[in-house]
Amino acid sequence: MVTAVTSFGRSGLYDWMMQRITAVVLAAYTLLIVGYLITTPDLTYAQWSGFFGHTWVRVFSLLTLLSIGAHSWIGLWQVSTDYIKQTGLRFVFQAVCGTLMFVYVVWGIQVIWGL
Amino acid sequence: MTMLQVSVYRYNPETDNAPYMQEMQVDTGGRDLMVLDVLHLLKEQDSSLVFRRSCREGVCGSDGMNINGKNGLACIKPLSECVENNRLVLRPLPGLPVIRDLVVDMTQFYRQYEKIKPFLINDTPAPAIERLQSPEEREKLDGLYECILCACCSTACPSFWWNPDKFIGPSGLLQAYRFLADSRDTATRQRLAELDDPFSVFRCHGIMNCVNVCPKGLNPTKAIGKIRTMLLQQAT
Ligand code: SF4
Ligand code: SF4
Ligand code: FES
Repeated sequence: MVTAVTSFGRSGLYDWMMQRITAVVLAAYTLLIVGYLITTPDLTYAQWSGFFGHTWVRVFSLLTLLSIGAHSWIGLWQVSTDYIKQTGLRFVFQAVCGTLMFVYVVWGIQVIWGL
Repeated sequence: MTMLQVSVYRYNPETDNAPYMQEMQVDTGGRDLMVLDVLHLLKEQDSSLVFRRSCREGVCGSDGMNINGKNGLACIKPLSECVENNRLVLRPLPGLPVIRDLVVDMTQFYRQYEKIKPFLINDTPAPAIERLQSPEEREKLDGLYECILCACCSTACPSFWWNPDKFIGPSGLLQAYRFLADSRDTATRQRLAELDDPFSVFRCHGIMNCVNVCPKGLNPTKAIGKIRTMLLQQAT
């Protein structure tokens, strides 16, 4: 068996399933936001912030944020193992992606929960 | 005289610094020859041209090559199916190291085949005569056992180009499924366990280049899907 310590779940099946599940979450969230924007034509700041005041919207947003993180990690990891042949360079690329993803997730949590 | 313009990949590591395309003309006599016939006509003009062939009827799998941009077997590819603007371009199978001219080094391809243990594994005591299969069980091997290991599919697969040492490739995976689907094989669990890493199976992104080129009309993508389903069933 080929080992891959930097992959998301270290099992191909796990990564593959994660990629599918997170894709569904992302699609559902996109539908929600687009649907909300369509059904609320004259959107005001108060409405928008009220919408994100609902706990379920916040939870869903957080789930989506985590899904983006996992989805892009798996995707970029695959791209890097396809195209970057030099180990050092690949590691740097993966480290940069990982750090960025972490920063975005933490920052996103701060935004959503208004901490 | 009906002259066909042929451009053929030449490389002899002992004398050439780099590969180059050699332009040649062949008199086809207006017949719809097979690409392999054209190669033999070329060899009459220039005996230093090297290619592999054996059965000349699509059975041995030794003359896989890139014909006008698409992988196929030279012996069963008629000119009418590949020539455009009276021009034939012949290159070795992409992605594998070239030994000379149209001959590639298939080691990486065979190594992937080896990995999937292409033989029946059965630990139960051998019966007196043979292990029987019902017609239905035997039917499951149709579309799988016919593979001649020509490597047309794997060398058309981008995932195999990028990771030929880790991704089994369409040909090997078709064979992996051939043994997973065999009612006489008892090693299903171990076989699946060896495929559950991020590369062996899961580098397949369903591009279907393999299906597009297989000269035997087989469908590796479908077999890969079945392996994935088996992995999923076993894990959940
Ligand atoms: S379907 Fe999979 S195996 Fe076939 S060419 Fe595409 S990536 Fe390769
Ligand atoms: S699946 Fe088809 S293209 Fe691939 S090695 Fe077998 S016969 Fe050749
Ligand atoms: S020569 Fe045997 S397959 Fe073409």
